[in-house]
Amino acid sequence: MTSSATPDRPTPRRRRHVPDSAVGWAMVAPTVLFLIAIFAYPLITTALTSLQKVKLSNPGKSTFIGLENYTDFLAAPAFWQAVGRTAYFTVVSVGVELMLGLAIAAFINRRFAGWRFLRLAIIIPWAVPTIAVATMFRWIYNADYGALNGLLFQLGAIDRYVPWLNDPFAAMNWVIVADVWHSTPFVVLIAIAAMAGIPNELYEAARIDGASKWQSWWRVTMPMLRGAILVVLVVRTVEAFRVFDIIYILTGGGPANGTLVISYVAYQETFRFFNMGRGAAVSFLISLFVLLIAMVYLKVLATRTGEAR
Amino acid sequence: MIRPGKARTGLMAMAMAFALVGGSAIGVVAQDKVTLNMISMAQAGMTPDEMNAVIVEFVALNPNVEIVPEYVAYDALHDKIATGMAAGQSPFDIMLVDDIWFPEFAEAGWLKDISADVPPEMLADSSPAAWDIVSYNGAQYGLPWLLDQLYFYYNADMLAAAGFDAPPTTWEEMLTQAQAMQEQGIAESPVVLALGQIEASITELVVFLYGAGGAFFDEAGAPVFNSPEAVAAVQWLVDGIASGLINPASTTYGEEDVRNTMSAGKAAFGVNWAYMLDLANNPDESTVAGQIQMAVMPVFQSGKDAGIESASNNGSMGFGVSAGSEHSAEALAFIEYLTSKDVQKRYAAHVTPLWTSLYADPELLAAQPVLLDMFAKQWPTAHVRPKVPYYIELSQTLQVALQEALIGAKSPQQALDGAVAVAVELAGQQ
Repeated sequence: MTSSATPDRPTPRRRRHVPDSAVGWAMVAPTVLFLIAIFAYPLITTALTSLQKVKLSNPGKSTFIGLENYTDFLAAPAFWQAVGRTAYFTVVSVGVELMLGLAIAAFINRRFAGWRFLRLAIIIPWAVPTIAVATMFRWIYNADYGALNGLLFQLGAIDRYVPWLNDPFAAMNWVIVADVWHSTPFVVLIAIAAMAGIPNELYEAARIDGASKWQSWWRVTMPMLRGAILVVLVVRTVEAFRVFDIIYILTGGGPANGTLVISYVAYQETFRFFNMGRGAAVSFLISLFVLLIAMVYLKVLATRTGEAR
Repeated sequence: MIRPGKARTGLMAMAMAFALVGGSAIGVVAQDKVTLNMISMAQAGMTPDEMNAVIVEFVALNPNVEIVPEYVAYDALHDKIATGMAAGQSPFDIMLVDDIWFPEFAEAGWLKDISADVPPEMLADSSPAAWDIVSYNGAQYGLPWLLDQLYFYYNADMLAAAGFDAPPTTWEEMLTQAQAMQEQGIAESPVVLALGQIEASITELVVFLYGAGGAFFDEAGAPVFNSPEAVAAVQWLVDGIASGLINPASTTYGEEDVRNTMSAGKAAFGVNWAYMLDLANNPDESTVAGQIQMAVMPVFQSGKDAGIESASNNGSMGFGVSAGSEHSAEALAFIEYLTSKDVQKRYAAHVTPLWTSLYADPELLAAQPVLLDMFAKQWPTAHVRPKVPYYIELSQTLQVALQEALIGAKSPQQALDGAVAVAVELAGQQ
């Protein structure tokens, strides 16, 4: 302790020549630099690349063409078809996952015998890496040795093996089935956690008021789950819009581009055709779409949550 | 304040470091060693062990040369070369290049034009089809190495059971035989092809296109794969699939699926590369071991009438030297050694030699009677895929067009016309 003239009041211990904020910045600086290097630098370089016509096999010959890459894509029907397919995939996949996930969560919430085991087992599809899921389903859907064909044939539902992935629209739906199997556990886990937080008194009160099981679900459980549903929707929608690896393995964008989603377009342009400029432009367009979706969700659902509480 | 003792220790440490680095630098300069970086494939052809053995031989003959090989899967090979060379550092001196990439790499200036360095005895003792692999715009950018082509496979037992004694020589004849097999319950879809939305479908398109008397580009370089012959060939595929004689799942199949289907005894006719012969006749891999044989690739009746005996796809690879290599002379020496008659003869079991005289070599014929004989028969009629620098985009367009035609989303004429329009656009952008 430093000596002081007045014994009651101690002198300020901090007698720095350097302000607090500067010390704070100095401590944070390494991380900020790291983040700049990892995030900002590639982001800016990609943005600059998207404004040029660059082909990897001729990197010296890149020409500045402004927003031409973007306008090329926005004017191309093929691009909007890909966006449409991605939207279809997202809406159906997330919709089914949400409904199925909530149903399974409600079922587990009944706490029947062995519910803990089911809650654990339900994680398995989600824990399997997406590549493994895609490979597995590719074999299941196989036209000559697939398990799906085998099962339906033995049940008598079909009289000869069907090439399920032959038709573009059917292939998209089968990819959705694989994705739903893979991602529903995520919804289940979030919903179970949220349901555990709903106080029992609410259900008792509802019962006393004469509510049926269905009514108590809609009037008690669902409003309380709004926050969790918002989380699930945002996360799953953003992930589904950017789907790539399951499509790459399962159908490779085919048949006849039937599963060519927007991320696959970005992959093709960048890594197959080596059109770096166009690939960068598509990537930014994808980010833009995702941002718009996230903003819409937050606006629509967050306000509702505010009202409910 | 650094104490004097510490300063002295620091100076001594620095002096030692300089001595070590300087000493090793002098050591390197004194040996004058040339290091070549090579990138090759870890599948098909020679195994990495075999390639390393050849490298050891070469280094023994050229002690000042060191070769550092790298082996990657085929799918990674193109991207690794492209991204490495695009960075401008010329990380590879010796590169294994697939025939469809030669135009792209040559155009980008990554491959050295070695037309003047091709050994004359090699030129004299090989067929033009071998040089189609490595040529672009009349110049040679590599030496042919991994020669392969599509073969026509058939199940001899199923053929005999259906009452036929010889494999078909025309596609129409094959369908007749397939019809009989289907009626007799021998196979539900006797023909299986690799027509998925992958590169394999283009290799098979080559077979049917040229078998109908068509081509991809004419002499002037204009795309003609929407000609009446081409449309007829694709229409034949569509009809075959619709009738069920060609396995409808073929539109999602690759080479391995064709092999699996034939090996499971579910198909009597198929088209695939050389590698299938051994595997389909291997009891560990196939339920029909011993029944799968090769025949000369059939053509369409219209092609036969026009004098075309057979048509297949030449899907080979060659070794090139990097244009920016500092040691191109040594690199060239190595690939010449690798493709020399002696080395090729010793490894003929895994890599078909490009030396025509070796096809009649009694030792090789004794070791591989079927494959070598069939190779020699089919090779003169093997066609390469289009040699254009924008091949990858063209291939993608054609794959989608073929798929659209095969699943009935568009008529063959519409689909091929669309592909031709894209090809014209791609050519204009060059």
